[in-house]
Amino acid sequence: MSRIPNDLKYTKSHEWVRTNDDGSLTVGISDHAQDLMGDMVYVELPEAGAALEAGKDCAVVESVKAASDVYAPVSGQVVAVNEALADSPEIVNTDPYGEGWMFRLQPADPAELDGLMDAAEYEALIAAES
Amino acid sequence: MPFIPHTQDEIQAMLEAIGVARIEDLFDEIPAALRNERLARVPEAMNEMQVARLMARRAESDGRYLNFIGAGAYEHHIPAAVWELTTRGEFYSAYTPYQAEASQGTLQLLYEYQTMMAALTAMDVANASLYDGASALAEAVLMAVRSQRSRRRILMPRTVHPFYREVVRNIVHNQGIELIELPFDPAGGHTPLEALEAGAKQEAAALVLPQPNFFGVLEEVDALTDRAQEQGLRVIALVNPTALALLEPPGRWGKSGADITVGEGQPLGVPLSSGGPYFGFMACKQQFVRQMPGRIVGRTVDRDGRPGFTLTLQAREQHIRRSKATSNICTNQGLMVTAATLYMSLLGPEGLRRVAAACHANTRTLVEMLTNIEGVEPVFHRPFFHEAPLRLQAPVGDVLRALEPQGIVGGFALKDHYPELGESLLVCATEMRTPEDMEHYRLHLERIVSKRRLDPPCAYKVGNES
Repeated sequence: MSRIPNDLKYTKSHEWVRTNDDGSLTVGISDHAQDLMGDMVYVELPEAGAALEAGKDCAVVESVKAASDVYAPVSGQVVAVNEALADSPEIVNTDPYGEGWMFRLQPADPAELDGLMDAAEYEALIAAES
Repeated sequence: MPFIPHTQDEIQAMLEAIGVARIEDLFDEIPAALRNERLARVPEAMNEMQVARLMARRAESDGRYLNFIGAGAYEHHIPAAVWELTTRGEFYSAYTPYQAEASQGTLQLLYEYQTMMAALTAMDVANASLYDGASALAEAVLMAVRSQRSRRRILMPRTVHPFYREVVRNIVHNQGIELIELPFDPAGGHTPLEALEAGAKQEAAALVLPQPNFFGVLEEVDALTDRAQEQGLRVIALVNPTALALLEPPGRWGKSGADITVGEGQPLGVPLSSGGPYFGFMACKQQFVRQMPGRIVGRTVDRDGRPGFTLTLQAREQHIRRSKATSNICTNQGLMVTAATLYMSLLGPEGLRRVAAACHANTRTLVEMLTNIEGVEPVFHRPFFHEAPLRLQAPVGDVLRALEPQGIVGGFALKDHYPELGESLLVCATEMRTPEDMEHYRLHLERIVSKRRLDPPCAYKVGNES
């Protein structure tokens, strides 16, 4: 059973979102998603400063099995990316909610967060998909 | 397995299984008026002897010419062993095997090919080949744009082969990529640094840098590479593989080398054969490998630690990444690549260097001989590899037509693609041309040009002479 922390928001495309104290959002992919993908070999991240549009692909995770898009959970501007993933993409497998984060985003409209799922809803989604 | 897909009994069984009486009934929905019972213009069947005679006659009607045309495809000597081995049953399939890892021999050959191309170009990694030189350039343009995210303009010197420029335009035009043509120096035939400066102001994604260029002229690749990379452009090297045996390879251009290298592989053991099939090659710096289209064979070990070969980085490819693949034209010219690998193996670095040196020496000799003719002069003053344009004081089209009955293909007429160069002819002499061949050409060119240049001895001219 994959871990689904209660303090995060989730998307249908399996990204998680953490709201930081300064109002910025940290984004990664869920434990369930990394488990489906298998061993990560490469992560392609957006550029710091890039403007993202909610629902549009903004990063790529590549595993031994497949390459998949990561979608922006909400609109906003990228303020930081996790440079450590360039050399150690496997962190996404070992610590998807911690060191395996992908990028930080300054949301254009924090209210967009309300459209995302909470942990219980996400758990139900995974159950329905499997 | 016999090469008979199914017997009459099997066909009958299949028809019964789907409840159809005859095969023709499967085509019921096509109206009778649209059916063609018989192909009216196909001649009667011939036996093998008749076909052989017909084909021999047709082949002879092409004639056997002394070839002084290059312009992108080059007549080189191909050791007999190359195609003897390439057409062995073990190699004789043009495709990457679909159950790739079961074909270790094919993968090993492709791996060796990639290794040779990476060494020849001094790049980090090469793929298993692309369709041809022109489409390889288009793929390199798409790759450079992918690696840049927001920049979508490409600086394309007019010294790039005109057909290549057309192919690139066709492939990238509808993807919103703009090609900005850079002018060439009218005296040198090369792309001047100032042309790059003007183009680079436009926030371009990449510079295409041909070496030698379409005119055979050597570009100032070090200065252009450095200047382009300082402005944030990728440098796409477009090179002749034979020339690389003599010239600085793209991986060592300027301070940090070209980013992507592509070219036409035909000179490496592939016969001219009316324009194809040829193959394209592509290599790049390690940092761009995930943007590179096509197949890549890697060396690995199996679970018992034994060495073996495998297709690697497949997640970029269309069978996994679908519409977001690095390319959906991943044709691998496997058979041509087999020939090229054997050609490079047989010649070795020293043999290839000698071929390149002989081409260069022959073309220098040819240019010297021909420009001694009154009314023939070189168009450019810069160093060239194995091709050079000559300006004639006579219409090039007429001259080429007059040379043909003498068994000479005299070169490539530049006028259609470069009207500003006037009556100019691009000539080439590979290692195949002997001093006698060149003297034969000189003799007839002199005769033809003088006839058109000078007034007829005892007549006055009426109207247009042509």
